[in-house]
Amino acid sequence: MTSSLNPRFSFETFVVGAANRLAVTAGRTVAENPGSAYNPLFIYSGSGLGKTHLLMAVGHAAKTIASQLNIEYLTLDEYVEAFHAAIAAGQGDNFRRRFQNVDVLLVDDVQFLTNRKEMQAELLRLTEALQQSGHQIVLASDRPPAEIADLDERLISRFSGGLVVDMGIPDYETRVAILRRKAEERGTSFQPGVLETVAKVEYPNVRELMGALNRLIAFQAVNDAPINAEAASKVLGIPSAASSSVASASVASPRVAAPDEFSQFLTDVTVTVGKAVEAWRARVAEAVLRWEGEGYRTGRLEKLLDQETPAAVDEAISGYVQDVERLKALEAEVAVLDPQAAGEKVFRDPDHMDEAEAAAAKVRDGAAPPPAPSAAFPLESYVAGASNEVALSAARAVIAKPGKKYNPLVIVGRSGLGKTHLLNAVGLELAKKKNAVVACLSTQGFVDELIAAIDGNRVDWWRARYRRATALLLDDIQLLAGKERTQEELFNLFNQFLDADRQLVFTAPAHPNTLEGLEERIVSRLEGGLVTEIAEPDKELRRSVLERLLTQQRVPIEPALLDYLTDRPIDSVRSLTGLVQRVVEAAAAQDGPVTAGLARDVLEGAPAPTPSGGRRTAGFRTSGIVVSSAGGVRSREKMVWDWPAAADRVIEDLR
Amino acid sequence: MSLVNFTTREITCKIVYYGPGRSGKTSNLHYVYGRVPETRRGRMVSLATQTDRTLFFDFLPIDLGQISGFSTRFQLYTVPGQVYYNATRRLVLQGADGVVFVGDSQARQLDENVESLQNLQSNLLEHGVDVRAMPLVMQYNKQDLPPELILTQAELDDSLNFRGVPSFPADALHGKGVFETLKGISELVLKRLAAGSPAA
Repeated sequence: MTSSLNPRFSFETFVVGAANRLAVTAGRTVAENPGSAYNPLFIYSGSGLGKTHLLMAVGHAAKTIASQLNIEYLTLDEYVEAFHAAIAAGQGDNFRRRFQNVDVLLVDDVQFLTNRKEMQAELLRLTEALQQSGHQIVLASDRPPAEIADLDERLISRFSGGLVVDMGIPDYETRVAILRRKAEERGTSFQPGVLETVAKVEYPNVRELMGALNRLIAFQAVNDAPINAEAASKVLGIPSAASSSVASASVASPRVAAPDEFSQFLTDVTVTVGKAVEAWRARVAEAVLRWEGEGYRTGRLEKLLDQETPAAVDEAISGYVQDVERLKALEAEVAVLDPQAAGEKVFRDPDHMDEAEAAAAKVRDGAAPPPAPSAAFPLESYVAGASNEVALSAARAVIAKPGKKYNPLVIVGRSGLGKTHLLNAVGLELAKKKNAVVACLSTQGFVDELIAAIDGNRVDWWRARYRRATALLLDDIQLLAGKERTQEELFNLFNQFLDADRQLVFTAPAHPNTLEGLEERIVSRLEGGLVTEIAEPDKELRRSVLERLLTQQRVPIEPALLDYLTDRPIDSVRSLTGLVQRVVEAAAAQDGPVTAGLARDVLEGAPAPTPSGGRRTAGFRTSGIVVSSAGGVRSREKMVWDWPAAADRVIEDLR
Repeated sequence: MSLVNFTTREITCKIVYYGPGRSGKTSNLHYVYGRVPETRRGRMVSLATQTDRTLFFDFLPIDLGQISGFSTRFQLYTVPGQVYYNATRRLVLQGADGVVFVGDSQARQLDENVESLQNLQSNLLEHGVDVRAMPLVMQYNKQDLPPELILTQAELDDSLNFRGVPSFPADALHGKGVFETLKGISELVLKRLAAGSPAA
């Protein structure tokens, strides 16, 4: 969960200069007297200037002085992940206790607190608890507290209450010192003036400085001869005028003595070894070192070394590298599908590729994609009108720029107005995009899946399934009411989707802030996107829908019939569908045409014959309750006329 | 001892400083020790008598780090020069990858030099090693003494260096010639890497 302290990152290996002296002094003070000097200590600097090194150095030093201290280093992301995992496992209190018992807590990359209100609250609480119990907290960030966007005022004041100290870009002398130390650590020496030439360049951070040094080391190793200042300038692309003046100045300077004898000796030995070790052995040995360092088994390469003159060494190495790349790809794929399976050794052994492929295939088989949108609701069949104009245009915007424009999109409206249709239509359109994985399902289905996953101890797998979706569309979000665990999971997914600009679409019967039983954090996130409403269909929309329905039923569209049906007091598309159904069935029973007169008879009470044999029009979904034509009831529209099949009823109920 | 191990990717060079008593073998190691950064050297083990004569041997490990993908280490040994420690000398010589013969440049020490050189040859033979197959350099130490007391490099070469191996004038106490000698023997030793045949 937490990272261990890198043994290389100690105060001994930290090159101190004017730009970081204060931070280092503060760090040493804190390490010597945890909890009593500067608490919290907040270190900030640009990337690559040694924040992580300093944090770990504090940890090492504190541990050296008092070995019984409980020291924990972790990045904010690790902290967040640990927190989420603990909450998901119902271990929130254990998590808090664990961190409250840390004597020196070192938290890196605090700038990622932006937009994480919950974590801010948690960290604030932890900081207070640690301070009260005299435990030390040291934080590192790439900017001062006040510049971390969206950071809670209380946290800013809490952080500023200790010591906030920055580290700048190292000056020339420090750069030279860093280069010398790193070159020595790498067992490389350079001619006088070379490192000084590199140090003249004001690299924005130490990492880039190291990059320059690495290039020189590589260049020198390849050429089997010590590089001079001028060649170094060329290798690094430093303008020659500057480099030559630097080089000559360095050589002329009385301070630059002859290189020390050991360094010179080392250079000579390196050259000799380079010449003596057969080049192919060196290449193989370097490949072995590299891949072994990354945790891959290198038996295949080591066998090459046992041979006197193996054939096609480079092909063997590149074949090995290809296999490693394939293993990496497989592992990455598996990590998405099933994080638990990703750590398996089989993905680290290029000598048994077949086993790795088989393991990946097994995971792939087990990882069904999340439920997809229903093909029964294409966007083309969604009838546009004034009542759904805004929702439809928002949906189109979402389709055009998923995750960018309205995220989340919440479609609200009463039952039967076409929310589900629009949701699925958006899902179908999004699924057409390249590499899209669209999860589209009812909220009830989502809840049921989670319960099954908990039951089968596969929550990680379930999460991974949704995490790899590029869009998540949930119908009837109000069904989350009272389902705390599902809300927790959805909340986490919500954040991940928003962070990654992946689209979220929901439907609800009413504005999210009027729904009961939904946690505030869910509601606020739903409200944070675009909430668009579908109103009751107006006359024009009803007409369009009727035209489409009648066409689907192959009924000749007679203006009188259309006018009559359009004028019926209907408040949802679903009811309209039921209405057409009844008229069409009555006509089928009579074996006559669908006319306005017939419709009037059916819908307003004129006797209509009982459908013979209960024949129903195939492929037509009814709304459920249909008026019976029998009896002298005036309002036939309120009567149950024919119960649909049980399966249809269930579908209707769930809809 | 294997000089180069491709499986563990290690190069280990055992270099033995050989020569008559008081010729300056330990001084060589002391000078090297003083010039090697702390992080690179191990503890120098010196088993000496109260009069600073080497009783058993000196040992100085040096870690040169990664070279061409090989973790490279040098182990420098000295032997006790006194005649009666021959068993120790033979033991230290076992598995040596190269020998530095540290001769005393004083004219009156010439016989001791010759005797020690012969002793080296016979001890190597005891390990089944032909001295002609062993990387060897000569160091003529104490060249800082007054010219009337010492022989020149050419004179010493004539008397001792009948195989024509590289030779280096030196003042080990002050460091002159010490690293040149070490470099000379290292080159000879490392050039045998390609052949891959470990020494005795």
